[in-house]
Amino acid sequence: MKLARVVGSLTATVHHPSYDGQTLLLCEPVDGAGRRTGEVFIAVDRAQAGPGDLVLINAEGNGARQVFGLKPTDKLAIQDVIVGVVDAVEDAHA
Amino acid sequence: MQLARVIGTCVATQKYQGLDGVRLLVVEPVDVRGKATGAPLVAADTVSAGPGEVVFLVGAREAALAMDESFVPVDAAIVGLVDEAWRDDQGQGFLRGRDDQGAT
Repeated sequence: MKLARVVGSLTATVHHPSYDGQTLLLCEPVDGAGRRTGEVFIAVDRAQAGPGDLVLINAEGNGARQVFGLKPTDKLAIQDVIVGVVDAVEDAHA
Repeated sequence: MQLARVIGTCVATQKYQGLDGVRLLVVEPVDVRGKATGAPLVAADTVSAGPGEVVFLVGAREAALAMDESFVPVDAAIVGLVDEAWRDDQGQGFLRGRDDQGAT
């Protein structure tokens, strides 16, 4: 799973049915010290995260289907899901 | 999933059987300011996007799952038309769906 910071939001009225009723947030990948490590991406929020929160991202479809209570064979076109709001990270290399 | 802008269309008459009727668009990944962040790629369209529009993409196996016929060789699909995208921090970055100039 990836560590990321929630940096914004987006609205998309027209979307694939997989995204019906889901909250989309803009996230930026960060390292253990909170430093930005890559480009902004979009994640579906399933952990009531908000702007500025450090979050845990499941970045793979099978895990996403599990979060949505679906079977591995079900069709869900979602990869990145926020599955936790991080309280603290201890990074030995930071 | 990532933000991108549609910059063109792609026509391939001869393609794998499951891809008949699938709309292919050329997109370039962008950041929240509308600046290109990577090399253009071809994505299958599921939401009737058009040139100049800001969209979001899903990749990998989930791209194929977005298609009506889901056992197809597709590794990038357009799954949403972005109305607005904005950053809460630094007061920077605002992207509107049909803004060819990108954000300011």
